[in-house]
Amino acid sequence: MPDVHALVNDFLIKLKKRKIEGSKTTAKVTAEVLRSFISQQRLPSTNQAGALIDAVRGVGEQLIAANPVELAVGNVVRRVLHIIREEELTLTSAAIGGMGLSAGSDDEDEAEHDGPDLSAAIVAAAARNTLRPPSLQTLLEDLPHTAAVPHTYSSGGDSDGKSKSVDRNSNARKLKHNVIEAVNELIQDIATCHEQIAEQAVEHIHHNEVILTLGSSRTVVEFLCAAKEKKRSFKVFVAEGAPRYQGHALAKELITRGLQTTVITDSAVFAMISRVNMVIVGAHAVMANGGVIAPVGLNMVALAAQRHAVPFVVLAGIHKLCPLYPHNPEVLLNELRSPSELLDFGEFSDCLDFGSGSGSPNLHVVNPAFDYVPPNLVSLFITDTGGHNPSYMYRLIADYYSADDLVVQRRSAS
Amino acid sequence: MDARRVPRTVSDPKVRQVGFFTPGAPPDRSQSGPPHLVSSSPPVSEISPSGNSLSPVMIPPPRHLSSDLSRVTHIPLAPLSPLRGRDSIPVGSYNPSEFSSPTATEFSEDAHSPKWAVRRSNSGKFASSLPAGGFDMSTVKQNNFPASSLTTVSIVNMPPGITEKNGGAGVEVQKDKAGSKPLKEKTTKAERRALQEAQRAVKAAAKGDGGKTPAAPSGVASANANTGKAAKASLQRKDSSPVPVAEKRCNDRPVDKDRKKDVPHPRMQFDDKNRVEKAKKRSVVKQTEAKNIVELFRHLPQYEHGTRLTELESKLFQLDPVHPAVYKVGLRYLAGDISGGNARCIAMLQAFRESIQDYTTPPEKVLVRDLTAKINSYVSFLIQCRPLSISMGNAIKFLKTKIAKLSLSLSESEAKSTLCTDIDKFISEKIILADKVIVKHAVTKIRDGDVLLTYGSSSAIEMLFLHAHELGRKFRVVVVDSRPKLEGKLLLRRLVGKGISCTYTHINAVSYIMHEATRVFLGASSVLSNGTVYSRVGTACVAMVAHQFRVPVLICCEAYKFHERVQLDSICSNELGDPDAIAKVPGRKEINALDDCANSDNLQLLNLVYDATPSDYVSMIITDYGMIPPTSVPVIVREYRQEHLWT
Repeated sequence: MPDVHALVNDFLIKLKKRKIEGSKTTAKVTAEVLRSFISQQRLPSTNQAGALIDAVRGVGEQLIAANPVELAVGNVVRRVLHIIREEELTLTSAAIGGMGLSAGSDDEDEAEHDGPDLSAAIVAAAARNTLRPPSLQTLLEDLPHTAAVPHTYSSGGDSDGKSKSVDRNSNARKLKHNVIEAVNELIQDIATCHEQIAEQAVEHIHHNEVILTLGSSRTVVEFLCAAKEKKRSFKVFVAEGAPRYQGHALAKELITRGLQTTVITDSAVFAMISRVNMVIVGAHAVMANGGVIAPVGLNMVALAAQRHAVPFVVLAGIHKLCPLYPHNPEVLLNELRSPSELLDFGEFSDCLDFGSGSGSPNLHVVNPAFDYVPPNLVSLFITDTGGHNPSYMYRLIADYYSADDLVVQRRSAS
Repeated sequence: MDARRVPRTVSDPKVRQVGFFTPGAPPDRSQSGPPHLVSSSPPVSEISPSGNSLSPVMIPPPRHLSSDLSRVTHIPLAPLSPLRGRDSIPVGSYNPSEFSSPTATEFSEDAHSPKWAVRRSNSGKFASSLPAGGFDMSTVKQNNFPASSLTTVSIVNMPPGITEKNGGAGVEVQKDKAGSKPLKEKTTKAERRALQEAQRAVKAAAKGDGGKTPAAPSGVASANANTGKAAKASLQRKDSSPVPVAEKRCNDRPVDKDRKKDVPHPRMQFDDKNRVEKAKKRSVVKQTEAKNIVELFRHLPQYEHGTRLTELESKLFQLDPVHPAVYKVGLRYLAGDISGGNARCIAMLQAFRESIQDYTTPPEKVLVRDLTAKINSYVSFLIQCRPLSISMGNAIKFLKTKIAKLSLSLSESEAKSTLCTDIDKFISEKIILADKVIVKHAVTKIRDGDVLLTYGSSSAIEMLFLHAHELGRKFRVVVVDSRPKLEGKLLLRRLVGKGISCTYTHINAVSYIMHEATRVFLGASSVLSNGTVYSRVGTACVAMVAHQFRVPVLICCEAYKFHERVQLDSICSNELGDPDAIAKVPGRKEINALDDCANSDNLQLLNLVYDATPSDYVSMIITDYGMIPPTSVPVIVREYRQEHLWT
């Protein structure tokens, strides 16, 4: 166990010190930490899933608190929780299915809640529905089931625990094993998400197009290069992205890959956008309402693109989808970085305490890290599952997270 | 119109006198004089004088095939020339200043090629060639004796006018034959007389043909040898400005003139290979071929850097035509010491003032003409250092108007002192006082507790903030800045030094900081007549975000910076800055990704200097005439120009 704690602590410190940057690396590391945490976790004999969920949630709280702005951490924690719930459910339903109706004790338990005529299979299906948001089919066809959903599930934990206690020896190993398998899959997904996104590049990038991008995103590079490999010739304008100038690195990468690249200042975005066919950018996080937390400056770009009716396309791996609805995200989901990126302290040291008899400094330097792009400015999201409208994001997100986990952060706050 | 033409015809003889008395042909005369000679002599040497009249209707004699070709190619230019040339001096003279980034070529072409000289007719040198463009006018009452004395000494007065009229008369006759009656009806008394005289001239010419004076053929020959091209130019000019045009001009000239004047000349496009080549030959500063040009901006002068400054310095003693004061200012432009519309404009005007003070009219030249030529050469030098701003263009236009309007009765010293006071007046009234008025207007828009956002560094805005601070208004300033110039830092320093509390941020964060702002004050390099604000690159972004957040955008701009041109985007006309400034981030050593890619063919660096803010982002323009909506800009432009030109 100590090694896991050391691992978690190390990661926490890194997060707090902002040593780990980029949602993708963060997501990957988070998933790996959680995987080792789960594998080290000793599960109690009863209610394994509940215990596991609680434990993961505990770690998740810490991780989220370490860098609340890095939404990818929370996303991965929620994904892992969701995975645990799903795996557990499959096991349960398999167990129930295997035992059939002969497992009297279980049946009685269920019957107490849902009436004698409800079979275990239906219960399992209904429980699954709690994880999966109600599909159109269930909504239209099976009204009683959906009505019973929250009810069933709330009791599900107990009954599952009991059902598992029947053959806990086999199930205990199986759950953990399956969860770890699934987490591995998640890590794999995160690692390869840009490949899947890049596959769609040809559908979106045309010959002789002029594409503008801002900020540094691995996904964007892969996306553009994928189109380039498909023999599409196009030009890329890269805004340099002050004050971090990640655009320079991005431009270098594109140049070495043989793309025609023009570096412009951020201030020239409005001037150039009238000749641009498409804006393709990466995101920091995608909120449930379709809004985007993006590198600073993108709101300006999005506004300019809207003015000139240029499509504003956001590339986002699935780990960037955040199930939260933002409130005042410019301030609450933002981070102010060091002023030294803008002003040299030495240069302005005499001004900083100049004439401030009252004690309040005369000079403030604001250096936010992120921008919020409202959903109405986004034309399209391209995720590893395909292209989506901003208005569809909530639904996509519901596929990956269970409603019970949305409040991980809230608890950590309380 | 005629009233305006008179002074010109009055002043013309002087030049002609010069030409007459120095048959040794000074360089400018060899261009301007001989065309006349040739154009007037063919009737003499040829059998059919009217055959040479070259009306567009007529098929010219085969002998002139070569000139026909050139004529065909040049025709579009020619009809313009009489109009433009005669219009008014302001028109001609403001032309160069049309360009926000005008070009060396444009100007040097002005200064050297006779073709353009006529069109612009803004320097003394060219005025001598003006008659070439002007003699098509049959309404000019015979006082048009261009190179008369050159043809033959013996026929002195009559023939030139006559031979001149030959063409016109011939056309007239032809037209009549062709049945164009309305034209006939329109002929004025003067024209009828011209016709008579022309017919007489035919006889005289026939006579002269028989007993040639020895001077004539030699003159012709030398002229032909000298300036074949110039002759062609003048020939085609003559033929393509036929009588009908002249007649029409009598009637609806004023309207026509105004309309023509309103259309600014097209700017030089740097993707035009021919003209760029021409420009290169003439430029003082050696132009190096920029590498990795951004395709979209091929039409703009590319920023060349590196050796230019030192090269110019080394040429200090070779460039005698450029006054040292102008030279100094040019170098400072090149080095980037002076920036900002007002500062550049004032520096330029002061240099011009100094050069005017040191100016002496060379013998055998007229101050008005020679000085205009001088100023032109200075301007083209300055352009080579850095493309002119629109405000500078307007100031040059003003100065040239003033020079052109100098009364000829003034002595040289008087003229110089008038010009100097004019320049001083311009600087103090149009720039310094205007700024004060703007500040006075704008300060009423600052209330206690306001958060004022500004972008870059504008002198007017800075004065405004300082003034408001002096008045004791409690406000906070947000200075938004951007690479590569980071001018906001300097502004920030000055404001903080004065005790104004400031917030500093970069342009990417503008949508973060815009929540706090209650007003946005922006400066401008120019305001165009469609309301577009042409300003430091990034202004459009700030205005756009402010518009989105419903924060009023107030533009402070002196009225002398207004321009009648229109522009929709920032690409058609702009200035390119140093591309290397993009790759290097001063003070941030860790940002070096592009250092080793500089030679890659795939990399282009684009450093735009200006952008155009659409008028719908602008709530109000504060100018020395008051506070106006952007839709009222054309009004100011119109009124201002009138005041400018007619007072």
